[in-house]
Amino acid sequence: MTAIAHASSYIIPLIILFIVIYGAVKKLDVYEVFIEGAFEGLEIVYKIVPTLVGLFLAVQILNDSGALDKATQLFSPLSSLINTPGCVIPVIITKLFSSGSATSLMLNIFSKYGPDSLEGLTSAIILSSTESLFYTVSVFLMAAKVKKSGCIIPFALISIFAGVIASIIIAGYIFAGYYFINISIASLNTFIS
Amino acid sequence: MINLIWAAMIIIGIVYSIASGNIESLNTGILDSTKEAISLCITMLGIVSLWCGIMKIADKSGLMNKWTKLLSPVMKVLFPKLPADSKAYKYICTNIVANMIGLGWASTPPALKAMEELAKMNNNNIKASREMSIFLILNVSSLQLIPVSIIAYRAEYGATNPASIIIPGLIATSCSTLMAVLLCFLINKYSNKRTKRAAKNNDNNNDTNSMLKKNI
Repeated sequence: MTAIAHASSYIIPLIILFIVIYGAVKKLDVYEVFIEGAFEGLEIVYKIVPTLVGLFLAVQILNDSGALDKATQLFSPLSSLINTPGCVIPVIITKLFSSGSATSLMLNIFSKYGPDSLEGLTSAIILSSTESLFYTVSVFLMAAKVKKSGCIIPFALISIFAGVIASIIIAGYIFAGYYFINISIASLNTFIS
Repeated sequence: MINLIWAAMIIIGIVYSIASGNIESLNTGILDSTKEAISLCITMLGIVSLWCGIMKIADKSGLMNKWTKLLSPVMKVLFPKLPADSKAYKYICTNIVANMIGLGWASTPPALKAMEELAKMNNNNIKASREMSIFLILNVSSLQLIPVSIIAYRAEYGATNPASIIIPGLIATSCSTLMAVLLCFLINKYSNKRTKRAAKNNDNNNDTNSMLKKNI
């Protein structure tokens, strides 16, 4: 696993290297083209500054007021319905609004229950299976200056929900697998001794 | 919809904090949020400019066409009406590739450019076109194959096998993406019917018009 973490740190430099070499081989004025593109990047960010300010404002207000906590409390009875630990529900709901907050919730769960617990596994898989709905939709639609989103939000919610349900089922299986391995190791130990 | 959600978030948050009496933390929070937004923008400014520059090199050197061609079987299914030589098509492919290999930051610039191009093709209509809907739903469903940051967090918190999350994560992501693709088929089918109906109506109108003209 350190190998994977190690390999993943190669990805970005290697991609940049490859693209620049390819451009140079094709006799492109790579630096000038890069500057031209980077300038377009500047414009993109410039255009989404207001969107981000509005987004952060709304998320912060919802977070700091305690309304989000209250909402997750209200929804926590649902956890028995979808057969998952109660502390996973806040992760699911927060993830809709902000990836950063959801990640910090996941880290809380990691330090409380451990990353290999059912709680830790479920929240980690959920976070890796979806993107933040509110961020993606508002930034993308703002870029296209679209006001009527039509079916986008409900359909996106449905696909997120499918991912969440799958995550819960898969995490359950893996955790059971760990449990099984632990039990068999324990019984093996008693057998040997 | 997004207007409604935004307003609801702000109204619910402020009213709730007044009712529960922790308006003070909210007060500092509001100011902090703008600061955070701007600091994110500054981070983004560097990274997005970098990837836009690199993307431009890939575009002009013809490298972008290569991965666009690689994805064309998938694109044909998901975006049947989008011309393969359009800029939006290339940017959508770039976004999908960047997402899949886990370059979250690099996927934002092509996504926004794709949306701009799609808006141009849609005559800057205020209603989202079907390509926009499909593209957005796919992006929300997450296309990342290896959740690098989550593996790193798991390692940090002492998981016995941090990378064991890859395959379960892959299955879960596939489920959400599969659902998204199914819904995209629905969108395609529905809007095909709608355009056909619209075309029929137009024909009928034309017929009646020509009949009227003949009568005159």
